[in-house]
Amino acid sequence: MPPSTSSELTLSVNGEKYTLTVDHRTTLLDALRERLDLTGTKKGCDQGQCGACTVLVDGRRSVSCLQLAVAAEGREITTIEGVASGDRLHPVQQAFLDLDGFQCGYCTPGQICSAIAVIEEHAAGWPSAATGDVRPEAGPPALTPEEIRERMSGNLCRCGAYVSIVQAVARAAESEGAAA
Amino acid sequence: MREFGYRRAHDVSGAVALLDGDPDARFLGGGTNLVDLMKTGVERPALLVDVRELPLDRVEPAAGGGLRIGATVTNSDLAAHPEVRRRYPALAQAVLAGASGQLRNMATVGGNLLQRTRCGYFADVHSPCNKRAPGTGCPAVTGEHHNHAVLGASGHCVATHPSDMGVALAAFDAVVSYETADGPGEVPLADFYLPVGETPHRETALPPGALITGVTLPPVPTAANSRYRKVRERASYAFAIGSVAAALDVRDGLVHDVRLAFGAVASRPWRARAAERVLTGAPANAENFAAAADAELAAARPLPHNGYKVTLMRNLVVAVLSELAEEAAR
Amino acid sequence: MTTATRGAVGTAHTRVEGRDKVTGAARYAGEIPFADLAHGWLVLSTVARGRVRSVDTEAVLAMPGVLTVLHHHNAPRVTTDYVGLLGVPPDPTVALFQDDRVAHMGWPVALVVAETSEQAREAAEALVVHYDREPHDVAFSAERDTEAYPADGHMPAVVEKGDLEAGLAASAVVVDERYTTPEEHHNPMEPHAATARWEGGRLEVVDSNQGTNWVAGELAGLFSLDPASVRVRSEHVGGGFGSKGVRAHQVAAVMAATVLQRPVRVVMTRRQMFSLAGYRSPTAQRVRLGADPDGRLRVLEHRSLNLTSAVYEFVEPSAAAGRSMYAADAHHTASRVVRLDVPSPTWMRAPGEAPGSFALESALDELAERLGIDPIELRVRNEPSVGPVSGLPFGSRNLIACFREGARRFGWAERDPRPGVRRDGRWLLGTGTAAGSFPTTAMPSTAAVTAEADGTFTVRINAADIGTGARTALTLVAADALEVSTDRVRVHIGDSDLGPAIIAGGSMGTRSWSWAVTAAADELRRSLVPGADIPPEGITARSNTAEAVGALAQKERHAFGAQFAEVAVDPATGEVRVRRMLGVFAAGRIVNPLTARNQLVGGMIWGLSMALHEEAVRDRSTGGLYGADLAGYHVAAHADVPPIEADWVDDPDPDDPVGIKGIGEVGIVGAAAAVANAVWHATGVRHRSLPIRPDRVLSAGGDA
Repeated sequence: MPPSTSSELTLSVNGEKYTLTVDHRTTLLDALRERLDLTGTKKGCDQGQCGACTVLVDGRRSVSCLQLAVAAEGREITTIEGVASGDRLHPVQQAFLDLDGFQCGYCTPGQICSAIAVIEEHAAGWPSAATGDVRPEAGPPALTPEEIRERMSGNLCRCGAYVSIVQAVARAAESEGAAA
Repeated sequence: MREFGYRRAHDVSGAVALLDGDPDARFLGGGTNLVDLMKTGVERPALLVDVRELPLDRVEPAAGGGLRIGATVTNSDLAAHPEVRRRYPALAQAVLAGASGQLRNMATVGGNLLQRTRCGYFADVHSPCNKRAPGTGCPAVTGEHHNHAVLGASGHCVATHPSDMGVALAAFDAVVSYETADGPGEVPLADFYLPVGETPHRETALPPGALITGVTLPPVPTAANSRYRKVRERASYAFAIGSVAAALDVRDGLVHDVRLAFGAVASRPWRARAAERVLTGAPANAENFAAAADAELAAARPLPHNGYKVTLMRNLVVAVLSELAEEAAR
Repeated sequence: MTTATRGAVGTAHTRVEGRDKVTGAARYAGEIPFADLAHGWLVLSTVARGRVRSVDTEAVLAMPGVLTVLHHHNAPRVTTDYVGLLGVPPDPTVALFQDDRVAHMGWPVALVVAETSEQAREAAEALVVHYDREPHDVAFSAERDTEAYPADGHMPAVVEKGDLEAGLAASAVVVDERYTTPEEHHNPMEPHAATARWEGGRLEVVDSNQGTNWVAGELAGLFSLDPASVRVRSEHVGGGFGSKGVRAHQVAAVMAATVLQRPVRVVMTRRQMFSLAGYRSPTAQRVRLGADPDGRLRVLEHRSLNLTSAVYEFVEPSAAAGRSMYAADAHHTASRVVRLDVPSPTWMRAPGEAPGSFALESALDELAERLGIDPIELRVRNEPSVGPVSGLPFGSRNLIACFREGARRFGWAERDPRPGVRRDGRWLLGTGTAAGSFPTTAMPSTAAVTAEADGTFTVRINAADIGTGARTALTLVAADALEVSTDRVRVHIGDSDLGPAIIAGGSMGTRSWSWAVTAAADELRRSLVPGADIPPEGITARSNTAEAVGALAQKERHAFGAQFAEVAVDPATGEVRVRRMLGVFAAGRIVNPLTARNQLVGGMIWGLSMALHEEAVRDRSTGGLYGADLAGYHVAAHADVPPIEADWVDDPDPDDPVGIKGIGEVGIVGAAAAVANAVWHATGVRHRSLPIRPDRVLSAGGDA
């Protein structure tokens, strides 16, 4: 007997459980947008080549277009709709708003989710391709604009708001560092 | 994308059993390459066996002093691991040079080794391609090939392997271990990728239905002084047009040990053994670095529009080895 | 009606829809829910030229969820016998499924509609279409000029003044060089998406476009509908850059909604956009400059060749870029076009000026090098007092002020003009500059402003905010015109029911819309009696700027800019990195400094991306693109973009009724040339073909 091509599953998104039946072909991105009406996560290329669909999966940034919804069961998913605390914007969101870190806004949710993770990855001591010496003895790299640019490179912005995005990420990182 | 079944495996033997050697079934790791290929129609599996929850997500000391990297370790975790960064810094750099932060969080070590070429003809199901559709021809030979292979290719296929990680693994003599229904096996990375020849669609030495379970790095003291340099057509988030993984141990001005591998020049990560032979025991200077590169690149057979890769690789070898030599001398 | 700044205009203001955009609440075209929605998936040809012999629909119609397959035998009929808002007939490419002809690779041949997008996609991929293949010709090169012909697009094809040969003979120095730019694609981050439905006898389309009444008019024309029976909405638009007019997706959605009598959504895939969304033609250009020893130009000749499709004539008027820039006794410019079996090119950010300025401003740099004159000084010496070929006065022209301010801030005075002499480790360093301009245009628009009973004001203008910040800019303009604070003003845009207004394009949106909003606000203020109660329905005043726009005196009206770039080139690997850029612009009154700076910098990043990255490679054998996705077609990523600054100088035009010039396009003009000129300064090697990829740097030699 050929295997079933759809499954009933429970997705955990922004702290809420959603039970639905999905065609196995459905990506996490399409499930969020078409089934759960969480359209803040954007479809820019559907091929992992632009970053517009970035969400946090178990706290780690991932492209939701290359993740099958059925494979996301059991993981905690956070989308742009889930990063603010009620009416209070996340510091990254606030910095994007204040410093005009976007134009058309379509890459913005992905940029913001990515930036939130960048700040956490940096805090965890992860090196990047911009890090001169990756050996642990060298200590964690400072989150310089060059580090931010490299770490954010998986999020394309065709409007070219990159300069203000980098400023916004730096500001948010500073404010979170100050709060910590 | 056609409809397919989905199974989640919880242990290695279970995963192999679920796949059951079905040629229409595929293991699903991070999905960063497979799901994309399914969307473009290059892959049309009837069943996916999800291996992300297998207990293969550890980087551990290996018997004999090396490092054992589980197949489902993500690229991110591999690059962030203190032992990898300390003992094999070029491997951490190679992984960090690949893809994006998001993709590295998803992509696994096993999947990285098995990723398919990024040749545009391969990705376009309406184009001829001997790798995707054997016998249909290779349009790259007379078409667009400025980023195609100069080493080890054939008239049947000039595609390159896109992995950065694999280049560092090749330099450090990694061994791939796998599991089949008949039990475990292993194959050195040097023999893992098959020669192109007339069968570019046959890419690896893995037995049918085999699941990669991990990669073992032997102890390579020289690797502590190693580097990965990647050249690409934008500063980040792009595949290489040429890359070098290099490790160098210089004693009394002479090359005591050297490891060199090239990326984006062949159908597999290209271990530059001819260059290593020229250098071993020779004075560590730019002339010898260049001579070593020339020895390796003598086998290059560039096409009309990718001859620059020979210059690029020669320059990269000299630049990276010179840096390593200078730093070691400090 | 010239107004002094009253407070809001000229002051930084975050975007009024900004909170919606950073929280994901802003919904774009493909994100508005509809009950009973069906999904359409376009099927594109796999041959570059020929005829559709047959479409095997039977098997696909039997697949799960499939509702219909539209193709040239069963699709609703449309007509292309009309002229749209922009004064041109439609590209016949949008007359989908009308006959069996295939005019290029990726030509739409069918639409599969199904209950879910997964079902529609699989069925579209499974649909077998048989073709009678014909030989195709997609090979573009300078040699095709012999088959080309001069064609007027939105600029005259040929403008000639003075004796070219005499001027060349009398010139002390002649620069005669050829330049090429590749096929470039807009690639807005939001793919084209439309949902169509019939509701109460009206056609409603929720779309992502640059002008809803433009698209509504095109759909009414195509489907022979009363324009009043078509409504198009486009609230948030994820970028356009010229690509978001009427396209296959809207037409397909309308056809399917008509046939099925239920809402149908059609979204282009990223790959499909490379065939269906338009693009910038490749160019092959030749520039001849003849000059006296002091740098004064005797001759400016600029000839440009571009391609268009077999079915539609679109001209990338690159040769027109210099017509307002430099004085020369003999001034000859001509844009020519050759027809090939390719998709129709279209407007893309600074059409003509972007590739044209690369050639012209590179040639100026070469002339400066040959003459030993500073590149900025060379431009000062050729500054015209009136339009170089038109003889018309300039509305305002502050290009030299841009250069002076830019040179001061960039540190130009300390620059050693010798190439190839600066090193930083493995990098050779260089700096370059270039000029740019873009026409300042206004087009008729209507607006309505309502004084509400609660003391607020509602502005209705059918503008489009494609990321430009138009919604916010118009809020500031209206607040000043009404002499109220911005929080009392609400602006509604992006709905064809709001009435006619010009599109977001050609850098004319904010100028044209501001004019209409100000006129309506002025009218409202005149009709309001101080202290009188406002009735519940409010008091509304309307404007139509058609007459005022028509009465505008003939002048040379342009925005200008001076571009500066510093680059680092690794001669061992061919890598080029831009280290910093500065653009100083003269662009009239800047409405919102926060968003204006962002938009100007964005244009400069397009120039950087054009200089170093962007190139669509057309395979001559298949006739299609090689690597038609965002991994194959590189646009600049974060790591490519250094600190970039944009600023502006005062640029008043006392006679202009608006005082606002567009800034959407001038940011890109000259930016690629500045980068290329900096690469020459770094290496001593001149790159005349874009993009300046590592392989081209390595192959060009200059080995250091």
